[in-house]
Amino acid sequence: MISEKDTIPKLVVRDLNFFYGNDRALKDVNLTIPEKMVTAFIGPSGCGKSTLLRTFNRMYELYPKQKATGEILLDGQNLLEKRQDLNTLRAKIGMVFQKPTPFPMSIYDNITFGVKLYENLNQHDMSERVEWALQKAALWNEVKDKLKQSGTGLSGGQQQRLCIARAIAVKPEVLLLDEPTSALDPISTAHIERLIDELKKEFTIVIVTHNMQQAARISDYTAYMYLGELIEFGDTSAVFTNPKRKETEDYITGRFG
Amino acid sequence: MLTLYARRRLINILSLGISVLAMAFGLFWLGWILFTLLQYGVPGLSLAVFTQITPPPGSDGGLINAIAGSLMMSALGTMIGTPIGILAGTYLAEFGQRGWLAPVTRFINDVLLSAPSIVIGLFVYEMYVIRVKHFSGWAGAFALSILVIPIVIRTTENMLRLVPNTLREAAAALGAPQWRIISSITLRAARAGILTGVLLAVARISGETAPLLFTSLNNQFWSSDMNQPMANLPVVIFQFAMSPYADWQQLAWAGALLITFSVLTLNIVARVLFRQQGSSH
Repeated sequence: MISEKDTIPKLVVRDLNFFYGNDRALKDVNLTIPEKMVTAFIGPSGCGKSTLLRTFNRMYELYPKQKATGEILLDGQNLLEKRQDLNTLRAKIGMVFQKPTPFPMSIYDNITFGVKLYENLNQHDMSERVEWALQKAALWNEVKDKLKQSGTGLSGGQQQRLCIARAIAVKPEVLLLDEPTSALDPISTAHIERLIDELKKEFTIVIVTHNMQQAARISDYTAYMYLGELIEFGDTSAVFTNPKRKETEDYITGRFG
Repeated sequence: MLTLYARRRLINILSLGISVLAMAFGLFWLGWILFTLLQYGVPGLSLAVFTQITPPPGSDGGLINAIAGSLMMSALGTMIGTPIGILAGTYLAEFGQRGWLAPVTRFINDVLLSAPSIVIGLFVYEMYVIRVKHFSGWAGAFALSILVIPIVIRTTENMLRLVPNTLREAAAALGAPQWRIISSITLRAARAGILTGVLLAVARISGETAPLLFTSLNNQFWSSDMNQPMANLPVVIFQFAMSPYADWQQLAWAGALLITFSVLTLNIVARVLFRQQGSSH
């Protein structure tokens, strides 16, 4: 399926297993995420889609007793290796979470926080970067006059776009979105979906979603997961219109889950 | 069905009644204390209280040396205890998931939190006063700082734990190292709560008598030398209130009123600060 379009692999997952203590949450997952495309993970709650997403930037390492085995190759380099520096990895692979997480500081400082970690920009370049990121996230027009105000004072949809702006301001290569619209109203959701379509020109995007229509609307590739296993992966239109596995069909048509 | 509902209503009314009674009982004594304090303390207040030093019996005087001594020692005790408390509390909240050190520290801190303050006074007496062979303002400040530390540790840890993990994850996802996450994100998100804890610690130590009896003792005269025995409100109140002289007793009431209202003010400020944080999130 994948070879039908001309794609370059960005992330290659090989025999990935994940453990919460002794619970095996991912079982021998293998898949290839193509560059500058939107790949969606769907599946019922607890199927491991968020867990899989969180292995890409090793977010699980914040917590003791969680571990991953296998390989995840980012441009050919195994990012699960010990010698891979966590912070530079996370600067390359950005993430936006289910709930908006503005930092308790001004809108401007929210954006510059990540940029300052890895780049030494003068004030002019920094202001340009902030504007660029907010423009990309389709938030600039709403906040350009109140950049000094607290980021926590924005509406939920604006906060989420602020988080997206913050994530792309550091110019990552991959953007991980963990149910980014599940806490938002339909208008904000539409905003963000348009945004994702725009962003895939520059970034490789992986999105976890509960909303199958959303996956069908915005993604190029879809992975269906169930109980920690990758059941089916392929071109989104193929997965939705002509699933190869019966489990996928049952889930998509709503007979299950 | 109706009987079940009626029973539930009855139990509700009963529990509400008992709760209100308990509250009224507690408030009654508090109100009485405040009333007595105002009744005897207000007549004792005068300009002299804030401008003159503690007098010998039978002559005019004030409490300025005790007020200054209390302020100096409380400020110093807070300045020593707060950084230690915040750093240790941060360790417990942010690094305390692994290993044995954090649970042990937390347990010892709980013990220290409930240790009688007279024990702290005796400890500083044995460790410091005996060695330098005289009472001093430093010793008083050290004793007070030991009281500050566990309170600040506890509130810092609790306030940092209230910061949602999603905020830590969001900062980590940008590639921020842990020290950066803690210093710019979590401590900042918890700052109003931590400040509240510091203010409560100040309120707590400003009325402590026992640890000062063994450390700074008292001073009849004006002294801002931390290396000398230092006057302070709680010990002056203790001494003057026990004396047979009416003018001393009058000053003791005035001093008690001052401490009580300073502590009350600090508590109110702490609450207002904490409420502001609650509404901004």
